[in-house]
Amino acid sequence: MTIASVLVVVIQLVFAVAVTPVLIGVMRTTRARLEGRVGGGIGQPWRDLRKLLSKEPTRAPGSTLVLTLAPILLVASSLLLCALIPLASTLALASVPGDLFVVVSVLLVGTVALALLGLESGSAFGGMGSSRHMVIAALVEPTVLLSIYALSVPAGTSALAAIVQARRADPASLLNPVSLLAIFALVVVVIAETGRLPVDNPSTHLELTMIHEAMILESGGRDLGWLELGSWLRLTALLGLVANLALPWGIGQDAAPLTLLMGIGAITVKVLVLGAVLAAAEVFIAKLRLFRVPELLAGSFVLAFLSVSASYLVF
Amino acid sequence: MSTDLYQQLLATTTGLLLLTAVLQVWGRSTVRAIGLLVLQGIALAGLVLTVGLHAGEASAVVVAGLLLVVKAVVMPWAMLRSARLIGVTREHSSRVNPAVELIGAAGLTLLAYAVSGPILGNRSDAASQAVPVGVSLVLLGFWQLLVRGSAITQLVGFLMLDNGIAAISFLTSGGLPLVVELGATLDVLLVVLILGVLVVRMQAEQGHIDISELRELHD
Repeated sequence: MTIASVLVVVIQLVFAVAVTPVLIGVMRTTRARLEGRVGGGIGQPWRDLRKLLSKEPTRAPGSTLVLTLAPILLVASSLLLCALIPLASTLALASVPGDLFVVVSVLLVGTVALALLGLESGSAFGGMGSSRHMVIAALVEPTVLLSIYALSVPAGTSALAAIVQARRADPASLLNPVSLLAIFALVVVVIAETGRLPVDNPSTHLELTMIHEAMILESGGRDLGWLELGSWLRLTALLGLVANLALPWGIGQDAAPLTLLMGIGAITVKVLVLGAVLAAAEVFIAKLRLFRVPELLAGSFVLAFLSVSASYLVF
Repeated sequence: MSTDLYQQLLATTTGLLLLTAVLQVWGRSTVRAIGLLVLQGIALAGLVLTVGLHAGEASAVVVAGLLLVVKAVVMPWAMLRSARLIGVTREHSSRVNPAVELIGAAGLTLLAYAVSGPILGNRSDAASQAVPVGVSLVLLGFWQLLVRGSAITQLVGFLMLDNGIAAISFLTSGGLPLVVELGATLDVLLVVLILGVLVVRMQAEQGHIDISELRELHD
């Protein structure tokens, strides 16, 4: 039992690290093709990452330990996220529960590490990016909690693996009012959390309104490589969570080789398709003004709140 | 139709109705509001078809088809045409700020869930579980009529109200007779067509379609 769940965690980690650059490549290529550009190809993020990781980081004189530690912390928290979220199989570690509250806290660890990194260099851009990042995080975290909590009420547990399993066993619960509202709210906050359009534009560089890029502006070489990988892994983990909550088919329930293989295949397809759809949708929307972002997130909070109250009043 | 499939379809269509109603409150784009109305019309037609077929009424197919054509095709098309004619695709004024609007919508939906239980008594079939969605559609429609200023958004709110009433009538009584349903739907269609023309006239006469500015009568 323990060996099996460790195997599941290892396989999920390998999956996440292997698929993440491909996911980013697919998203960028989709966007480029729809905009009439050729694009760098699906393998480009992987090559970028390899190049960055082999380079010596340049750190400003007077910089502290934060500059070294924050990228590592971000990657570590993202990897932990990939291990805790049921991606390929719903078999969870017995000692470390993939609990909803644990997952949100781990998410917050990476967020805080990034914000500290932005503040560390003392530049105006970094500080601005960090403050915006924290504003968005403060609005996003309650909604993530509430929307998954609404889905956990019918399942009767806050362990993510058990929620996914319960939803898989009862397909009638996938499209009821509670579930629709919660999934919609979750999609909005995942977009905000991972810095995609319309909250933050992932393809900008040196723009006054950027958020993610502003924080990592002062990093280079290996540090930048880890930061990029860490934020991409968050995207994979959160997309995987949304995919498995919305369409829990194909996910395995034990660690048998065949079900694991099927689980990996299913989650790869789901994440890549979801990423391509997200990238295609991004072509049609513009970035929201920063002052209107809280309005968007308040809206998704209201949706999540409604789904929680509906789930109590109906069930 | 098996009970499982019936419950699944009922949950899906009412879920879509509630989702589109809440999203309606949450945005300023007229084109998006009309798009959501199309989705709501499709969900309502699906709901009617599901409830009617489960009750074994053959006329449900006709009513659902009528609702689909009128609510998801003709009415949105007419409204979109008026909006395009006057070139207003975004609404600028609202009487309250967006946060208050959203919190109000949340409160009204909760109210709908809270009052539906006592009203229905101890009926516990699947259809009566979906009635709160119909009630919240009605309340959210009224809310939209109260807080929004643009004539087109007012029309959207009015249609949401109508969708809510239709949903409740189908869920509680298994549907109205075909003639009554035909009359009511065509009535609403006529209202939408006339108001569509009126909106274009308003824009031509005054240069805006803000109904809060309409205070006095002229010859």
